[in-house]
Amino acid sequence: MSSVTLKNIVKRFGTFTAVHQANLEIPEGDFVTLLGPSGCGKTTNLRMIAGLLDPTEGEIQIGGKRVNDIPIHKRNLGIVFQNYALFPHKTVAENVAFGLKYRDVPKSEVASRVQAALDLVQLPDVGDRYPKALSGGQQQRIALARAIVIEPDVLLLDEPLSALDANLREDMRVELKRIQSQIGVTTVFVTHDQSEALAMSDKIVVMSAGRIEQVGTPEEVYNTPASEFVANFLGASNILNGTCLGKTGSDVAVETPLFGSVPVPAGKASGLDHGPAKLVLRSEKLTLLAPGADTTGMITAPATVETVDYQGQTVRYFIRMGDTQLQAINLIDERPFPEGTEVTAAFRAKDCAALPGA
Amino acid sequence: MGWQLIRGWAILVYIFMFLPVAVVVLLSFNASQFGSFPMTGLSFRWFIELANNEAILRAFRTSIILGLLTALISTTLGVLASLALVRYRVPGANAISTLLIAPILVPEVVLAVALLLFLNFLGINKSFTLLLFGHVIFTLPFVILVVQARLISIKRDVEEAAMSLGASPRQTFFQITLPLMMPAVLAGGLFAFTISFDDITGTLFWKPGGVETVPTQIFAMLRNSISPEINALGTVMIVMTVGLPLLGAAIARQISKKSGT
Repeated sequence: MSSVTLKNIVKRFGTFTAVHQANLEIPEGDFVTLLGPSGCGKTTNLRMIAGLLDPTEGEIQIGGKRVNDIPIHKRNLGIVFQNYALFPHKTVAENVAFGLKYRDVPKSEVASRVQAALDLVQLPDVGDRYPKALSGGQQQRIALARAIVIEPDVLLLDEPLSALDANLREDMRVELKRIQSQIGVTTVFVTHDQSEALAMSDKIVVMSAGRIEQVGTPEEVYNTPASEFVANFLGASNILNGTCLGKTGSDVAVETPLFGSVPVPAGKASGLDHGPAKLVLRSEKLTLLAPGADTTGMITAPATVETVDYQGQTVRYFIRMGDTQLQAINLIDERPFPEGTEVTAAFRAKDCAALPGA
Repeated sequence: MGWQLIRGWAILVYIFMFLPVAVVVLLSFNASQFGSFPMTGLSFRWFIELANNEAILRAFRTSIILGLLTALISTTLGVLASLALVRYRVPGANAISTLLIAPILVPEVVLAVALLLFLNFLGINKSFTLLLFGHVIFTLPFVILVVQARLISIKRDVEEAAMSLGASPRQTFFQITLPLMMPAVLAGGLFAFTISFDDITGTLFWKPGGVETVPTQIFAMLRNSISPEINALGTVMIVMTVGLPLLGAAIARQISKKSGT
């Protein structure tokens, strides 16, 4: 187990810069997720840590040692690929034992370690089969067993769940997290799926267009987004242009045309001073109420339901307030408001965050 | 009704294509002194004469050695070229690829004369090595086509996984890449062997005096008389050039069935 450090990493492909000046500190034993849309540089970062790509500039350290010039097969990493990448001509047991061949593991110990790894991924009886005889989820478990049996310093997971179907994906998510905390290996996980990132990570690194936008715990990046991109990428947010009126007590007042002055908790409005500001209002925190409902302690404004996107347990409304359209995601109580209904849009100021305006 | 006609027509086409071959095989078992109908009895006489004919045995040995060496060299070069073209970024990869495939497209006579003239120009004499060189040139494209297609279907991440587990690039090649492309390598080698074994055009131009391969030997014998031995030789050739690829394909299928790719 080792920490991983990226120092001023730049990666260019020809004239295209895939990663700009990435700095990242991954403590020993942490589960860190690189999250972002495709093309944001998250996989490039992972492949540089793996040694599958060379950084153009900067330094990569594993366990405090510079590894830029150490080839992949000497880095002692476990990698799990999106498409499993099992060796089709070897049995499951041979697949799992593969990495042990290149380490000084006595022959007598190989079988027991392979079995222990198969037990850990809860597939103890498939050692004699060939990978093609297993389902996608099982193959991914074997790939995980193969990566951890060598006791890697760092476990790298490259979208390991995205080839699985939805139900299986959620099971595997829980499973993966269980195994990771059981063996306590430093883990770097790459995904474009925000719910995976939120559910599994100790820390999330949100990336966009080759830049690290924010590093923080799941709660931090969700509740206190550092940029408009982060606010939009993790869940749906309404971003309202406004003006910061300055600090009053423990709050920062942000004035928006739709809702008047909103007292945002200072902790969620860092770096904000008088001048242009943006109010971040999460769609899940914007509640629609029938006119006349009790709205004590809430900030309200009248609105009209424009579009109703029914999703079973929840409903996503697009509401119109003057010439602005906002999104609200609400749990359904009895039945959703039909289109055209006049409602009250309400939220609590402490659920908002604020960003410096453009 | 229409289908009956098409079926009948198809059968006629097959007869037209395969009857001569069948006749050769049939006549090779003819007891008669002359290689033609009517057959006077069933006999292995011509095969025995064949086995006692020094010139033919020599030609056979030459052909087999030539074929095996061609297969070995072509396969090795073909695998290396495919690896370079598919796995590494080579400047001008497309041009190189076309150039390597080109010998298939150029008429063999042209290729044969060109190589001969070129070596004349360099002042190099005809030799067995030159003959081998020629055979490698026009069997190489077949190997490359087959191996390249296979290599493209082998995902890079399987090799990356092997390296991440501690295998060096060389170990990865021998442990992962080569076994996975083995069916194609065997098929390519077999192609190279049969093409080399069959070839007459290029061989006539390139062979040094006194060296005969089976096809050129048959050609030489035909100039004197149509001996029934030729029928027997033809039968042996058919068995080798048809039987070997079928056998090879069966083996390749077996291998890939086991590995499930």
